[in-house]
Amino acid sequence: MRKQLTRVFALLTLVSGTLYVAWRWGFSIYWEHWYIGVPLAIAETYALIDSFLFTVTIWRMKERGAAPPPDPEATVDVLITTYNEPVEMVATTAAAAERITFPHKTWILDDGNRPEMAAAAAELGVGYLTRHPSWQDMPRHAKAGNLNNALFQTEGEFLLILDADQIPEPEILDKTLGWFRDPLVALVQTPQFFTNVGDSDPLGSQAPLFYGPIQQGKDGWNAAFFCGSNALLRREALMQLGIVGYVHEVQVAVGDALKAADKIVSEAMRQERASAARGGGTGTGGHRRLLAALQSVRTAASEARRELAAGAAVAEVTYAFQSKVDAASRAVVEQDLATMRADLDAVARLPMHVDGSVGQLVVDDLALAQLGDIDWSPLGAIESVRALIKAVDVDRADEAQPVMPIATISVTEDMATCMRLHSLGWKSVYHHENLAFGLAPEDLGTMLTQRLRWAQGTIQVLLKENPLTKRGLTGGQRLMYFATMWSYLSGFAAVVFLAAPVCYLVLGIMPVKAYGLTFLMMFLPYVLLNQMTFFVVGYGVKTWRGHQYSLALFPLWIRACWTAFANVVLKRPLGFAVTPKTKQTVGGFPWRLIRWQLVAMAVLVVACVVGVVRLWTGAATSVIGTGVNVVWVAYDILVMSVLFAAARYRGPDDLHDVVEADKEKVA
Amino acid sequence: MELEKQVDGQVAVLRCSGRLNMGAAGRLRAAVDETVADGVRRIVVDLSETSFVDSSGLGALVGGLKSARQAGGDLRIAAAPEQVRTVLALTNLDRVLTPHQTVEDAHRGW
Repeated sequence: MRKQLTRVFALLTLVSGTLYVAWRWGFSIYWEHWYIGVPLAIAETYALIDSFLFTVTIWRMKERGAAPPPDPEATVDVLITTYNEPVEMVATTAAAAERITFPHKTWILDDGNRPEMAAAAAELGVGYLTRHPSWQDMPRHAKAGNLNNALFQTEGEFLLILDADQIPEPEILDKTLGWFRDPLVALVQTPQFFTNVGDSDPLGSQAPLFYGPIQQGKDGWNAAFFCGSNALLRREALMQLGIVGYVHEVQVAVGDALKAADKIVSEAMRQERASAARGGGTGTGGHRRLLAALQSVRTAASEARRELAAGAAVAEVTYAFQSKVDAASRAVVEQDLATMRADLDAVARLPMHVDGSVGQLVVDDLALAQLGDIDWSPLGAIESVRALIKAVDVDRADEAQPVMPIATISVTEDMATCMRLHSLGWKSVYHHENLAFGLAPEDLGTMLTQRLRWAQGTIQVLLKENPLTKRGLTGGQRLMYFATMWSYLSGFAAVVFLAAPVCYLVLGIMPVKAYGLTFLMMFLPYVLLNQMTFFVVGYGVKTWRGHQYSLALFPLWIRACWTAFANVVLKRPLGFAVTPKTKQTVGGFPWRLIRWQLVAMAVLVVACVVGVVRLWTGAATSVIGTGVNVVWVAYDILVMSVLFAAARYRGPDDLHDVVEADKEKVA
Repeated sequence: MELEKQVDGQVAVLRCSGRLNMGAAGRLRAAVDETVADGVRRIVVDLSETSFVDSSGLGALVGGLKSARQAGGDLRIAAAPEQVRTVLALTNLDRVLTPHQTVEDAHRGW
């Protein structure tokens, strides 16, 4: 019944919205004021597309109810991830995990490698895992790396993943494992619910709309999201993901490296010939031998590329290639001992680096193209080729583990992993029942850092593996991933929505041709129906905080988009966690954190006053125009006012502040 | 899974009989590491008696390949039955590690 009602309202919203936006583009843009008129129309179109995606999401809301009983033979590892949370907190979670009734093995995954934590684990009788020695000096990949490490040290068929503060109910496995009776189910996600949050929830920590209609809606399209904690995963699915990813990365990187090898050696040969022509160096016989050695590497590289293209196995091709490079290297060393040392410096200038934020190996195409500019000696060239291939070869010398089941391409490993699982044809389940209870951030600074990271991670995934074009996803899944990514672009629209009424009230610049009755007739049904839809969808849950923050955090969303873009496209470090965390723990009002919103609110208030004065003095003539804009501004201020409560909020317990701040610092 | 090791000069043959799955993956990894540590760096994993392999088993093969390569050696697989070939093809791992017909075939080129 509610589902039908939701559908009716959502459809009516879309119809009225489409009519409104069509009317805006076709008839009401004030083209003389295009610089505000067009951005406003674009922002309104953005919002309409958002409504469309939301409608698609909730259209198939799946209310699953109870799972079938689990297979009693199933083996489960419960993995609790920690870095530096207090030992007592992790121990409490581990003790609760031990009380889970379904047979399982509990593990503490301590990335902090703390003796106290090991002692606590031993006392509780739970497993304790730290990184394998192979991770030494390798990219660590944060939480994703911690889980990937544990995957190779445990062997349960299913994994329950818990953050250090997420205390599970004893029946969590009994109630969820049954979903895996479908052999294609790879993931079961349960809600995240926070116990340290009061009714007013000024930081908007609870996400009842997401852990409710939105996840249920995504579930209807077989696209329930993995959210990093309180989730069960099927080991086979993850491992398969790891193998497929490994094969793909090796193929691409080895191909690139061989291409670069050809380039390096050709250039070294050209330089060697020039040197021979000048009569320098090692004499005619020496030049001939050096050239022959280089030529053998070049031939080996092109043979290897040909074989790979013909479908030969990468491991064998690179093994043969490396043997030939070794032989050439020996020949050159004998010839060229004198110049050896200096040349090895060139090896350090390989066109690769490890991306600091996600620890991913980046083979820089631009630098590859510029390789010809370096002065290559024969030995330098051959050693560079050797190092280049070695780094990306089948043994992945650049990584601690060749197989990384949990995705490491993003700071939010969960979304990327889930999308890859879906693209391989696995299914996911959203189980709508709180079965683990955790702690939310308790101050604004920490909360902002966390939201920024989520947003950055989501945009990173969008830019690296666009769901609209990624192979293997169904149409519905594409839209479900895209919907989440699309919603994070709202910061740009918000700026326009804030600027437009100010322009009108202060400067009298109209973005819309007429603020008359036609405008109200087109606009009011849309906005009212939209509100009704949310009222019906979110009936019984508090959705207002979520609405508030989607506008109120507009500077943060913009920053997330920009930094993620700079990271993925311009290859700059993400540089998150800039938010100061310790300064605002006692007393002081965190002006800095919300300065842009404060500026925006001040401007809005001034604009209202000016607008009313202009109407009164006759400088503005449209009562409806001023009225619409004043109401609009008042709404914006009301929405953003949540920040005042949030900024003063300190949480119910001071200890938690520290814990959460530390957690965020790590992440 | 039963694991049987035969060392012939510079080459070790590891024969996995039974199910090479998540419960057995760790043992295969350990056996490869041990062989490499003993100085035998060329390893053939004989799968002729392997009745079943899952992705964790494949993960152990890749892990073993890494250990062998990093020690300057190599790892190859041989005599994979139908189910193993299917799983190799499904994950594309056969594009990296080709199953050789026989253990002797796998030696070639070393």
